[in-house]
Amino acid sequence: MMKTKLLSILLALSMVAALAGCGGASSSAPASSSASASSSTSASSQEAASSESGDAAPESSSATAIKIGFIGPLTGGAAIYGNAAKNGAQIAIDEINALDSGIQFEFNPQDDEHDAEKSVNAYNILKDWGMQILCGTVTTNPCIAVGAESYADRIFTLTPSASSTAVIEGKDNVFQMCFTDPNQGVASAQYIAEQQLGSKIAVIYNNADAYSTGIYEKFASEAANQGLEIVSTTTFTDDTATDFSVQLTDAKNAGADLLFLPIYYTPASLILTQAQSMGYSPKVFGVDGMDGILTLENFDTTLAEGVMLLTPFAADATDERTVSFVQKYTEQFNETPNQFAADAYDCIYAIYEACQKAGITPDQSAADICEKMIAAFTAEDFTFNGLTGEGMTWSTTGEVSKAPKGMVIQNGAYTGM
Amino acid sequence: MAKRLSKASLNGFLNYGLVILAFLVVEMMRSSGQISNSLNGQLVPICAYVCMAVSLNLTVGVLGELSLGHAGFMGVGAFSGVVAAVSLTNIIPSNGLRLLLSILIGGLLAGAAGFLVGVPVLRLRGDYLAIVTLAFGEIIKNIVNCLYIGVDSAGLHVSMTNSTALGLAEGGKVIMNGPMGATGVPKLSSFTAGFLLVLFTLFIVQNLVQSRAGRAIMAIRDNRIAAESVGIGITRYKLTAFITSAMLAGMSGALFAMNYSTIVAKKFDFNTSILVLVFVVLGGMGNIRGSIIAATVLTILPEMLRAFSDYRMLVYAIVLIVIMLATNNQKFRSLLSRALPHLREGLPAHAAGKGGSTHE
Repeated sequence: MMKTKLLSILLALSMVAALAGCGGASSSAPASSSASASSSTSASSQEAASSESGDAAPESSSATAIKIGFIGPLTGGAAIYGNAAKNGAQIAIDEINALDSGIQFEFNPQDDEHDAEKSVNAYNILKDWGMQILCGTVTTNPCIAVGAESYADRIFTLTPSASSTAVIEGKDNVFQMCFTDPNQGVASAQYIAEQQLGSKIAVIYNNADAYSTGIYEKFASEAANQGLEIVSTTTFTDDTATDFSVQLTDAKNAGADLLFLPIYYTPASLILTQAQSMGYSPKVFGVDGMDGILTLENFDTTLAEGVMLLTPFAADATDERTVSFVQKYTEQFNETPNQFAADAYDCIYAIYEACQKAGITPDQSAADICEKMIAAFTAEDFTFNGLTGEGMTWSTTGEVSKAPKGMVIQNGAYTGM
Repeated sequence: MAKRLSKASLNGFLNYGLVILAFLVVEMMRSSGQISNSLNGQLVPICAYVCMAVSLNLTVGVLGELSLGHAGFMGVGAFSGVVAAVSLTNIIPSNGLRLLLSILIGGLLAGAAGFLVGVPVLRLRGDYLAIVTLAFGEIIKNIVNCLYIGVDSAGLHVSMTNSTALGLAEGGKVIMNGPMGATGVPKLSSFTAGFLLVLFTLFIVQNLVQSRAGRAIMAIRDNRIAAESVGIGITRYKLTAFITSAMLAGMSGALFAMNYSTIVAKKFDFNTSILVLVFVVLGGMGNIRGSIIAATVLTILPEMLRAFSDYRMLVYAIVLIVIMLATNNQKFRSLLSRALPHLREGLPAHAAGKGGSTHE
């Protein structure tokens, strides 16, 4: 009896060890990226790991560096966004720490599994660590919950990619690096009208997703202003994102020549595959959630040929900073960075420039830093040039102002339109 | 007979004592600032999960029916509680009173949902409740995803299309915005409120179990035919237990929702139902104290395991397996009862006996 118990425990342990091995071996898994991240940054993230246990970390180690917390989904269904953002931020942190500028950053990424409850837990862990500035959170709903906490605690918050307006609403300390959802919807409609990309438009969106619904609603109202005709509007949810034949048939029968997909790239890849198999080939227009479709495993990228998307970042841009960023990212993490990585990279640099401008030092309290950073970000003369846009400015609401870029996929790579 | 009864109520008082002691210790730690932010932030969710586990224990452990949609009732309570709290902002300025009222409304609506689900299903024999509650949880999730509720000076507006269709007057506020869930939820919940709710839940469940109705419910669980033959109204008692369980889940849902400024339907999906079921199974079916301890430990555990970063869910699973094996191990149990002699009597005998035999 006892022996079988022991045996089963041993077996369970060996199975876990084998699983862990698998995680480390596959190139795009979160496990490997975090492993390489910690090895590449030596001190900072290892300190972070050791202080993650929940007890308050000793304050002494922070005397020389400003503590930046990061929250994002590093595991679970949205892990690809969280890990990309974490890796992008890590590169920026390493670069800034390598500069001899007098400002040093200490970086502590925490996982929230794309869940508001876990996100607030992660935020509290970071507070125990002594976080002074928060870079996060990556996804929208957790960011709303964490934003309310950081607003009460007065900790400056800059989110790379939480795009709903509810994220910044009524919180003077929360700023965004990405476009808001309504902005994307409006910009998409204007872009389609200006470039005369199509006359009859079909929309397929995820009505169980805040991001997708937010873009669609604004797109629909702006499309009416621009004189665009939406001939077919169909929806799906996360649970039904496996078959799109009904939606595509509807679009085809309505004679749509442009398919607008304000959705993430995983369902979008299925739509493209199924459209091809039913012999339907409209033009396809996506938003920044479409970014990542080219790096999706087991997806035939020739299907994405000609897909247009509105995204602030293109990995194959030829300017010096993007080239250097993409090169570093590919070296360290074995994949091409997407827009989330670039957004987070920009976040860290924007924080860095504001810190320089406001004269932030590591010994200041989080609340003092918060007030100074708000003043610095909303100052008239503060503009920021990053990978995702030139001359970015922030309004007092926390919304960023930058120009969207239209991209089209040609020969398996983004090309400016 | 009298001795057995007193033992059961002693056991109940021990549970109250445990909860009150935990509350006092944590409050002392809080006032002296010795508590970490991490634990401090988890106090309200822990209270909510304890209520969830204790109430599910009533269905799974005491009634012996499997429910896979307990989070659905939590969701009903959460969203109705939030709507009540926001729409009553101007009428009832006192936060405590508003929280109390929202929790009551959340509980009532969840109880009503439990009635609707229970009436047709609990008449049947077999595992139909598991199937129907599983579907119920998904239905609630999907309804909330297309439900828009707003409030203005004229009262509540409800729409199933979109937020503009609500036709809110100037100064109106959208409370539930379809898939975006409820945002801008007032943070009314506090640890004290959570503690009181745990006590209330314990009071209801323990008194029900020890009452005449409770004995009837357990008789149904142990042998339906025998219970029927002595004239126990099966459906009525099953419904009593199930609706009570649903109502308490709704109350904990309202408490949980008002601890975060945003709440989405996805939170109350199948995974949360299973999480609560894991609390109940690990704590021991029918064992109230086990549920309390399991819910507390298993809520804190993932946060304690953050040091393992990406592997923490693997470690979490190992811990679950080890607890399962250890608590079912005769040697370990006898060791435990030798170390803590009162536990032998404390652990209700039926908890061990019926663990695996809830369903035939």
